[in-house]
This record gives sequence, structure tokens and C-alpha cells, in this order.
Amino acid sequence: MNIFQTFRLAGKSIIGSKLRSFLTMLGMIIGVASVIILVGLMNGVKNYIISSFSELGTNIITVSVTNTDTRKVDVDEVYEFADKYSNVFLGVSPKVSVRSTLKNGTESLSTTVLGVGEDYLELNSLELSSGRFIHYADIKNRYNGAVIGSYIAEELYGGKVSVGDTIKINGQVYNIIGIQKERADSEANSVDDVVYIPYSNATRLAGSGNIGSYIFAAVDNDAVEKAEDILDNYLYGIMKNDNLYNIASMTQMLETVSSMTGILSAILGGIAGISLLVAGIGIMNIMLVSVVERTKEIGIRKSLGAKKRDIMTQFVIEAASISMIGGIMGIILGYAGTKSLGNLFGIEAAPTVNSILLAFGISAAIGIIFGYMPANKAANLNPIDALRTE
Amino acid sequence: MPEQDIKRNETPLIDLINIYKIYRMGTTEVRANNGINLRIYDGEFVAIVGKSGSGKSTLMNIIGVLDVPTYGQYILKGQDVSRMKSDKLAEIRNRTIGFVFQQYNLLPRQNLLENVELPLLYGGYRVKARKQLAMDALKKVGLEDKWKNYPNQLSGGQQQRGSIARALVGNPSIILADEPTGALDSKTSSDILDLLKQLNDEGRTIILVTHDPAVAARANRVVKIHDGIIVFDGPIQEYKKQEAEG
Repeated sequence: MNIFQTFRLAGKSIIGSKLRSFLTMLGMIIGVASVIILVGLMNGVKNYIISSFSELGTNIITVSVTNTDTRKVDVDEVYEFADKYSNVFLGVSPKVSVRSTLKNGTESLSTTVLGVGEDYLELNSLELSSGRFIHYADIKNRYNGAVIGSYIAEELYGGKVSVGDTIKINGQVYNIIGIQKERADSEANSVDDVVYIPYSNATRLAGSGNIGSYIFAAVDNDAVEKAEDILDNYLYGIMKNDNLYNIASMTQMLETVSSMTGILSAILGGIAGISLLVAGIGIMNIMLVSVVERTKEIGIRKSLGAKKRDIMTQFVIEAASISMIGGIMGIILGYAGTKSLGNLFGIEAAPTVNSILLAFGISAAIGIIFGYMPANKAANLNPIDALRTE
Repeated sequence: MPEQDIKRNETPLIDLINIYKIYRMGTTEVRANNGINLRIYDGEFVAIVGKSGSGKSTLMNIIGVLDVPTYGQYILKGQDVSRMKSDKLAEIRNRTIGFVFQQYNLLPRQNLLENVELPLLYGGYRVKARKQLAMDALKKVGLEDKWKNYPNQLSGGQQQRGSIARALVGNPSIILADEPTGALDSKTSSDILDLLKQLNDEGRTIILVTHDPAVAARANRVVKIHDGIIVFDGPIQEYKKQEAEG
């Protein structure tokens, strides 16, 4: 008997008892759908997190250094170092944060002023809405020029500010040379809540000549790891102690987030997978009942020349068919469910191809594995006893 | 036994040599067949008779290679089948034996044609040949226009004719009918027995298992079983005479 006929036979038997077949499939449908939905949603969440982080620049490496009296990192040397490895580094900028009070006439505001280099804007893919960014000359001359974020423009000037206006930073008068384009709805503590000044001025403002933090940009995301290694070697060469510096990148963070969501999705998928196991046991149960009910049929088939293998494949294929049809229905339901739940939660969730293939494979495998035992029972029935039953 | 005398030099189709079938029920031993010797030749029409519990069903199962004897040898078409494995036996059944059962035993979820095709399906025939042979067999039993019907849409007599078609389809050497008229009224029974007789006239070997003397009377030779052994084996005329004498 060939496989096509066996499938036809299985189809007939499944259609012959529709309600029972459907109820048996239901476990499979729910199991497969829940695996696909949970994995799909977790994937959506992961993508959401990753894209949020990516906006912050995934090729950026942040280095913080604790300078001591004898061992310190010199800013000019850092620039030279970045130049030397221009194959991995796009550029570098010092980053000196100073908590400051800003004043425009009587309006005042407390925020973080960042002392940065001339490449900072570009390295961070930031843009200006008007004016210019800090130039190298501004740094050399310690020019009191400031680029303000849109939040500052809104809060301190009511939005009416233009290049050439002045701002007081911790009592010193700065000329506004540029205004940063709005990035985060001009909210407090966002990237819009910022004032950039030359780092040479910021070190003075901070009251220390040391620069404790640098921003490196790698040429691309793949170069980040190599860049970190080079940096580590370089900094260790200067500081001789890896407790005195720290290298952090978005990639690392992303990896952590990825692996966390990965674990989470494996756990959720695994829990949903248990329902697949239960579905498999349900199929086995029904197939065992079916074998008992069809003992006579098995006896007739054996008397007509059916071999063990014929009976075996008949029942295995039937179990696998139920399981796979359930699996396909589960995939459809899971697909729709992932999409609609994703919309509900406002994340772009799509069922992953892997989870669909896996779910289908598992459903077929479960059918075969859990169908095996009943099928074996059927195949080993004694034809005389089987014929005698009513 | 004149009939057997004529055929003595011919190789028998069925040769049962000292067949024992012993069941163990706990500590007691049931000897369903207790040393049976029987030869059946090609083209015979044999009735195996006996009361229930006589061992005739056990004998039928062994002849039909549904079962193997505990001791003894069964040579079927020159081949020793008494120690064969179940798959090999299935193959022998498929090629050599056509079963006709009391309860027809057609599969309810298959139509008549599909039912008749079953032995061919397990015999590895191709679709076209299957359909052709199955239709031919249905024609032979006069049911070619009912091929689409499911068993529950057919009368008892039609179902039994269908099952005879199924028994015929693979062109087996032996048709083994177990109480083929047990569930039928006398008119239909007679038709079915006529059909079997006709098949025998065409040269097929028919073995009929029955407890009904009227049914056995249609055969040429009668084998009577009692307590697991053959107590009579001879032509129907002789059997009738003996029965009449008591």
C-alpha cells in the first residue's frame, strides 16, 4: 500500500468523525498558536527595544577614565590614537558633563552642560535646526559659544531664540551659536535637554583640568568589538590598572538585552510547548480509543493480507495527519493572533519563520511519536482475536 | 473414499499432517485440534462440519493461515506454512486464500468497490489494475451497478455477494467460507450457496465451514470434526447415509 493511499485513508477516517478529530486537533491548535504568538510577541518586544537603543547610536563606545596624579589620559594623545586607528574609529570626542544653572534674564533652569569636541554632533548623528556647531577654533580659543537643545529653547526662551542671543551658564555669558534639531519632543532629561560648549571651557566650568569621559565612534557596528579591544590595550598601557577605566558600548547593552529577551522567549515558548506535549498525549489517547474501536477493521484488513507495517503506517499517518492539520490551523491562528496582539500592544510583532517551521515540525513529530504506540498496538493485534470482536 | 483414491498421485493443495492446537487456560489444557490429518485437492468443494466447540473454527483458522498449529505440519501449495512469521502469513493469505465471513465483514467506511479492492491494495496492485479486477469480480457476483454503495446501503445477501467478490478478486487458490449463510434467510442462503457452487464448477477450491447439515449438503465432500479430531471424511452421499443411520 503506498503512502498516498494511506493518506487518503487517514483523511477518510478523520472526516468520518469530524467532531472527535476537531477536538483532538484543538489541543494541537492551541499549543502551536500559543508558541507562535508568544515567540512572535517576544520578538516584537525585542525589536522594539533594539530599535530604541539603535537611535542612540550602536557604534558609539563610551570610555570613562579616572585620572590620577601620575597616570592620566591626555586629550591630544587620545585624538592622535583615534587618528592612528582610523580603520576602526570614525572619530572621538571628549565629553565633560557639568551640572549647571542656565539663565536668560530672569528665567533660569538647571541642566547638564556637555563639554564636547567639534566632531561630537556628527559622531552622534545629531542635527542642528539653525546656526553651527562648535569648531576646533572655539576649543582652542576657549570661545564662549553654546549650542542649545530644543528643550532649553522652549523652556528658557519660549521658543523665540535665534543664533546670536546670549545665555548665562553658571554666571558666564555664552553666545548661542547653534540650536539642535528637536529629537524627543523637547522633553526634560531627553536628548533635547542639553547645552553643548567647547570641552576646554567645560573643564574650567567643572573646576578640574581633567577629562574623565570620551565618546568614540566605530566605523560600523561590526567594528565595535575590535575597537573595544584596541581601546582596552591602549588604556591599560597608560593606566596599568583596569579598575581605573571603563569601556562601554551600546552593542554590549544590545547583546545583554538580546540574550535576556532570548531567554524570556525560550521560557515562554517552552511553557507553551508543554501544551504541545499535552496535545500529543491527547492524540495518543484518541488513537488508542480508535484502535480499540477499530479492532474488527484491523482484523479484516489482516485477514485480507495487511502486514504489520501496513497497519502501523495507517495509524501513524492518521495520527500525524490529525497532528499536522491541527498544526497548520494553529499556525494560521498564531499568525493572526500575533498580528492582532501586536497591534493591541503597539509593537510590530510578526511570527518568526523559525517558530512557524518549528511548530509545524513539532506537531508532525508529536503525531508520529504519540501515534506510534497506538499504531504498534494495532499492528500487533492477533487477526483471529481481532476478527472475533464486535 | 473413492474421490481421494482417484487423486492419490496428485499433490494436495492442502496437506495437514498431525495437526495439534493446544490452548492453555491457566492450569487446564484445551486441545482444540488433537491430531488432525487432512488432504484437500485442487477443485474440491469441502464442507467442514461440527458442533460449536468441536474445533472446526480452530481448524479453519489454521487452514486459512490466520493461525499456526502448536504441533504438526501444514503444507499449503507445497510450502510449509506451519512455522511462518505473521507478515509472511499475511502474504500467503493475500495470495492464496479468499475469506467469506458470516458477518460479511465489509469495511463500513469504504464503498463496495474499495472494499473489493482491499486484497489487491495489500497485494501491491496498481490503481488501474485494481479497479479493473475489482469491477470484474463485482460483475461476477452481479453487483457491478452497486459499486458506489456503502455496505449499510446493501442488503445482507448483497453484502455477502460483495464479500465473495472480495474473496475472489485476487484469484486465490482457495475460498474459505465460514458460515457464509449464517446471517441470511433461506432464499438468500440458497442464492449464495449457488454462487459458491458455480465458482466450484469453474474450478475453484471451496472450503465451507458450517454447523448446518443443509448447507453442508451442497458440498461434494464432508469432513466432520468432533472433540478436535476428524470423525468422518467422505463424499456427501456417504455422510448423509451415516447421519440418517445416526
